[in-house]
Amino acid sequence: MNTNAVTFENVSRHFGKVKAVDSVNFEVKDGEFFTFLGPSGSGKTTCLRLIAGFEQPDSGTVYIGNQAANTLPPYERDVHTVFQDYALFPHMTVLDNVAYSMMVKKIPKVERQRKAQEALELVRLSEMGNRRPSQLSGGQRQRVALARALVGRPKILLLDEPLGALDLKLREQMQVELKALQTQVGITFIYVTHDQEEALSMSDRIAVFNHGKIEQLDTPGNIYEYPKTAFVAGFVGTSNLLQGDIAKQFAKGQPLQIRPERIRILPTGATSKAGEVSVTGKVEEAVYLGMQTRYRIRLADNTLLTVSSQNQSSEAALWPVGEEVVLCWLERDMHILETGV
Amino acid sequence: MRGLSNFFYRHPALGVFLLLLPPLLWLGVVYLGSLFALLLQSFFRLDDFTGQVVKEFGFSTYRQLFTPANLDVIGRTVGMAGIVTLASAIIAYPIAFAMAKTANPIWRSALYLLVLMPLWSSYVVRVYAWKLILAKEGALNWVITQLQLNGLLNAFLSLPGVGGSSLSVSPIGTFLVFLYIWLPYMILPIAAAIERIPKTLLEASSDLGGKPNLTFWRVILPLTIPGIVAGSIFTFSLTLGDYIIPGVVGNSKPFIGQVVLIQQGTAGNIPLAAAFTVVPVVIMAIYLTIARRLGAFDAL
Repeated sequence: MNTNAVTFENVSRHFGKVKAVDSVNFEVKDGEFFTFLGPSGSGKTTCLRLIAGFEQPDSGTVYIGNQAANTLPPYERDVHTVFQDYALFPHMTVLDNVAYSMMVKKIPKVERQRKAQEALELVRLSEMGNRRPSQLSGGQRQRVALARALVGRPKILLLDEPLGALDLKLREQMQVELKALQTQVGITFIYVTHDQEEALSMSDRIAVFNHGKIEQLDTPGNIYEYPKTAFVAGFVGTSNLLQGDIAKQFAKGQPLQIRPERIRILPTGATSKAGEVSVTGKVEEAVYLGMQTRYRIRLADNTLLTVSSQNQSSEAALWPVGEEVVLCWLERDMHILETGV
Repeated sequence: MRGLSNFFYRHPALGVFLLLLPPLLWLGVVYLGSLFALLLQSFFRLDDFTGQVVKEFGFSTYRQLFTPANLDVIGRTVGMAGIVTLASAIIAYPIAFAMAKTANPIWRSALYLLVLMPLWSSYVVRVYAWKLILAKEGALNWVITQLQLNGLLNAFLSLPGVGGSSLSVSPIGTFLVFLYIWLPYMILPIAAAIERIPKTLLEASSDLGGKPNLTFWRVILPLTIPGIVAGSIFTFSLTLGDYIIPGVVGNSKPFIGQVVLIQQGTAGNIPLAAAFTVVPVVIMAIYLTIARRLGAFDAL
C-alpha cells in the first residue's frame, strides 16, 4: 500500500487564457477512494481527463503508477472511466457494452460473455443483459457504466460525477453501494463531484479544488474540522467567518472559522465555562427545519453568525426574533484560516 | 378581432385543423391523389390495334414489364443505381468524416461550401459540362494523353458491357456523371450522422482500450449507418428515376426514366409508363424494408 496509483507533479492545463489546472501536485495511493471536490469550472474534471488521457498537460508530469504518462493515449492506460452521461453504446446490448473492453482485447466470446454476466450480477442487473441501454432507467444505466468500467479490473477507476443525474434517494443508495463495491474489489477509485456530502461520506481523502488549484487535501474529517481556507470552510459544510473583535482578540486579526452546530445559545446573563468564548447578540432570523432550527444572530460588532441548534425535544427552547442572547463555543472549535491563497 | 382570438382560444382543435388544412389538401389531393391516379393507370392497358387506352382493370400491362427488353431496362437501371450508391457511399464517407471532424470553423464552413456549391448551378448545365469533360476531345482525355495513359483508358473502354468509343458515350461515363451529381446527397446525411455521435462515446471506446481503428469499425460506422442509408435513399432513388443523364452521357441503351418519358409521350402508352414508374417505387419499398430489418434505423 505504499505505492502511488497516480502522481501529479506541477501539472498545468490551459484552455486559451483560462488556467483550468494550475500547477497542481498530489498523490493518490493504491487502493484509495480519492475525491476531487469543487464547484464547476474548478479544474476537477480536467484533472480526471488528464488521468484518463483525454487531455495532455501543458506542463508538469502525470504519473500512472511509476510511469510518466503525459502523452500515453487513453487506450494504452490501465484506467477506465465512468462517464457523467454514462456514454453507453446505444447500438449494443447491455451485455456487449459490458464486454467491450474484453472484445477489444480479443478475449474469446464465451469467456467475455461469462465475465460480463458476472459483472452485471455484481451491480445486480443480471436479468438486463439483452436489453438496449435506451430501455433502462437512469440508475440502471449508471450501474451498467460501472460494470463496463470495472469488468476489466483496471488499476484505477475514474468516476466523473456518476451520481449527478440520479434523484436523491437513489443517489444516497448508490453512494453506499459504490463505497462497498470499492472495498470489495480493492481498485483505486478517483471520484469527481461537486456534492460535499457525497465526498465526505465516501472518500478516504478529498482534494478540494478552486480556480484550478487544490486548496486543501486531507481526510474528510480533517477537511470538515480543520478547513485551511475560507473557500474550503464555506464549500464543505456551512461556516461562520469571524473577522471582527473576536479575530483581533484570539488570532491577531486573522480570520477565524466556527461551524454553526458548535455554537450554543444561552439566555442573557448566563456564564460561560472555562475555555469558552462568549459573546452577546440579537436573534435576527429563526428558521425551523424539523431536526434543527437555524438562527441568524447579529453580534455587537455587526458580524452575522449562523447557529444550528438541534431540536432535542419538542419543548426545546425556541429563541424568538429580537431576543438578546449569549453565544458560547469552545475556543478550540475555532480555526485560523489562511489568507491570500 | 378579439372575439375571433377568444373563439380560437376556446376551440384549439379548430385552429390546428385550419392550419393543417392547406398542407393536408396539398399532400392528400395533389401528391397522394396523383400517385393513386398513377397506380390506377398502370392497371389499364393499351389496345394494340386502336392505340386507345382500355380502362379495364387487369395485369396485362404489368406482364409486359417482364418481356426481355423491359427487364433489360430495369436491370440496367437498378444495377447502375446500386453501383452509383455503393461508390458514392465509399467516396462520401471520408469527405463527410473530414467535414464532421474538422475543428476549425473556417475550414469546416469552407468544406461544407465546397460540397454545396455545385448545387447552386443548374443540374442540366453540369451534366453538359461533364459531357464536354468526358468527350474524346475533352479535358480529361487531354490530361490522360499528357500522362501517356491512353493505353490504359483504351483498355478500360474496350471492356465489354461498360465501355464505348469514348468516355462520354460509355456506361462508365454515365456512372461517373451520376456519381458526381448525387455525391452531395450522400455526403450531407453522413456528415450529419457523424456529427451527432456524442464525443463521450468515442472517448469511452478509447478509454476501454479501443484503438482509433477499432473505434471506427465498432462505434462510429455502426452509429452512422442510418446516415448512409438516408444518403443511399437519395442516390439510389434519384438514379432510378433520372432520365437526363443517361440521355446526355452514355450509349443509347435506355434507363427506366427514359422509357417512362417515351411511353407517355411519343408512344402514347400511359399504362406502360405508369407501370414502369411503379417499378422504382416497389424497389425502394423493398430496399427500405430490408434496411429496416437489418436495423439501419435502430440508432435513430
